[in-house]
Amino acid sequence: MKLRFWGVRGSIATPGPTTVKYGGNTTCISIRTENNDLIILDAGTGIHLLGQHLLKHPAKSTHLFITHTHWDHIQGLPFFSSLFIPGNKVKIYGGLDPVTNEGIERALGVQLQYSYFPIREAELNAHIEYSTLKPKESVSLGGAIITPTLLSHPVLNFGYRIDCDGQSLFFSGDYEPLFNIYNPEDHEFEEYQFFIDQKQQEIIAAVKDVDALIIDSSYTAEEYENKKGWGHGTYTGAIQLAKAAKVKKLFFTHHEPTRSDEQLEQIYQKLVNENPELPFEMVLAKEGCDMVF
Amino acid sequence: MAHIHSEELIEFVETMPAFPKSVQKILQLTSDVNASAKEIVAVIESDPIMTVKILKVINSAFYGLPQKITSIQRAVVHIGLNTIKNLALSVAAIGVLKPQNKAGFNTHDFLLHSLTTAALCRMLAERVDIDPSESSDFFVAGLLHDFGKIVFAEFDPVNFKQALEKSAEENRPLHEVETELMGINHAQAGKILAEKWNLSPVLIDAINHHHYADRINKTLLKDCLCTANQISKKLQFGFAGNPIIEETTGEIISRFELSLDDLITSLGDLARVKSEALSLMNS
Repeated sequence: MKLRFWGVRGSIATPGPTTVKYGGNTTCISIRTENNDLIILDAGTGIHLLGQHLLKHPAKSTHLFITHTHWDHIQGLPFFSSLFIPGNKVKIYGGLDPVTNEGIERALGVQLQYSYFPIREAELNAHIEYSTLKPKESVSLGGAIITPTLLSHPVLNFGYRIDCDGQSLFFSGDYEPLFNIYNPEDHEFEEYQFFIDQKQQEIIAAVKDVDALIIDSSYTAEEYENKKGWGHGTYTGAIQLAKAAKVKKLFFTHHEPTRSDEQLEQIYQKLVNENPELPFEMVLAKEGCDMVF
Repeated sequence: MAHIHSEELIEFVETMPAFPKSVQKILQLTSDVNASAKEIVAVIESDPIMTVKILKVINSAFYGLPQKITSIQRAVVHIGLNTIKNLALSVAAIGVLKPQNKAGFNTHDFLLHSLTTAALCRMLAERVDIDPSESSDFFVAGLLHDFGKIVFAEFDPVNFKQALEKSAEENRPLHEVETELMGINHAQAGKILAEKWNLSPVLIDAINHHHYADRINKTLLKDCLCTANQISKKLQFGFAGNPIIEETTGEIISRFELSLDDLITSLGDLARVKSEALSLMNS
């Protein structure tokens, strides 16, 4: 399978001279299988570029998996040209929001309202199907198997594992590793920690041995001190999970929106210096960057 | 004899609001971006209606979780604090349970009984040395064991009022009189609701059999729950309408290796359990 990043930025698109190298579009990743089926992970602003690319390089089928419905992961959807082309079939997958009790169809429906967009959902020419996924229930398409895992974020968020053509990857969507909400002296501390440890084992098992782990690494450990509970992870947390799950390659993504290319590279260099003998390669996710398995 | 239709009961509970203090507190905490996570969890856990409505969502077939979720803490670990907070807010948006109901059932005393039974149930379990991961299951069982009563007070106040009065006049167990007058008792109603909401079989079983005489297939949870219920009644921590304190059986005595009175003494200063419950209710 062939992977390409179309958007690697977190929270809001950040075009400009300081983000030219790694890119300013919000999250979108494509995976093309050997069978030419297209799996898309998230529909941030990067999906616009992917849509343009698909006009010249069409896929046999298009399957879009949404990790969660925060704007930076869905806002490119109304600008995804595949949805406007008659005869196209696009299937959109995602979770059920526990609060609204509504499925992923709401993500597009909400955006295509009169006040916010000139085209109504009913006017989209492609045939769009929706599928509500359950945690740990795999979906098979072509030769690929996609398995969602619930990961901690301020809204329901699925990490997706993709096993295809003898290779595998895991994309976290937005993910903040769990922390204990109690103080060590609290009565509930030990029990809560047990739940966290149990959940952590489940996550390690879901990520186990993948060829590529693509993970929310928004903050440095120092920055995280003031961002606890915001729903995002750190570089060091990403390295820890990659070690525990014995992954082969680690991609840092969801770059913090105020982070310049230069700052990203400084952080990266520091991580390399601090972790000299890692059994896997670390990579800063970069728009347009291809990886062939 | 009146009969309650379970489908109507289930539908009714969907629209039932939570207790006023927890609703007020949730509205307050959800307006404060710096509100502490454990404070939000504590408010939800002090309200049987809010608790059961959140457990219902997390245990729905959609999440297909490998094990049933019996506590709010575990729910937070799985779907995150912000989602739990917003679920609590959607329960709060229904309104508040009126302190006065047509059944004349005292909701304050009911809540105090539920909360003290919850805390005592957990204390008893810890005394037997349970795994720390199970501690909150015992609390939740205590919190929810009489849930059916508050539903009766709202759903069928006329018959429930009669049941409360008859039970007091004849000095008979409330659940027996409920069965006579309503064709179902609060434990069975709680079980029907808990089953509908896919709660854990262990919790359903504990709610269904929380009176000594009804206990079948004895488990530690049921032993702790039945006993905590009697201790709360004996010490008059609130009141949930049943004038009868049940006799402990030999099995219970051997489980805790003490008679009920000696067990109460061995648990130390239990006035603290009441004051902590009151502070949760009034904070």
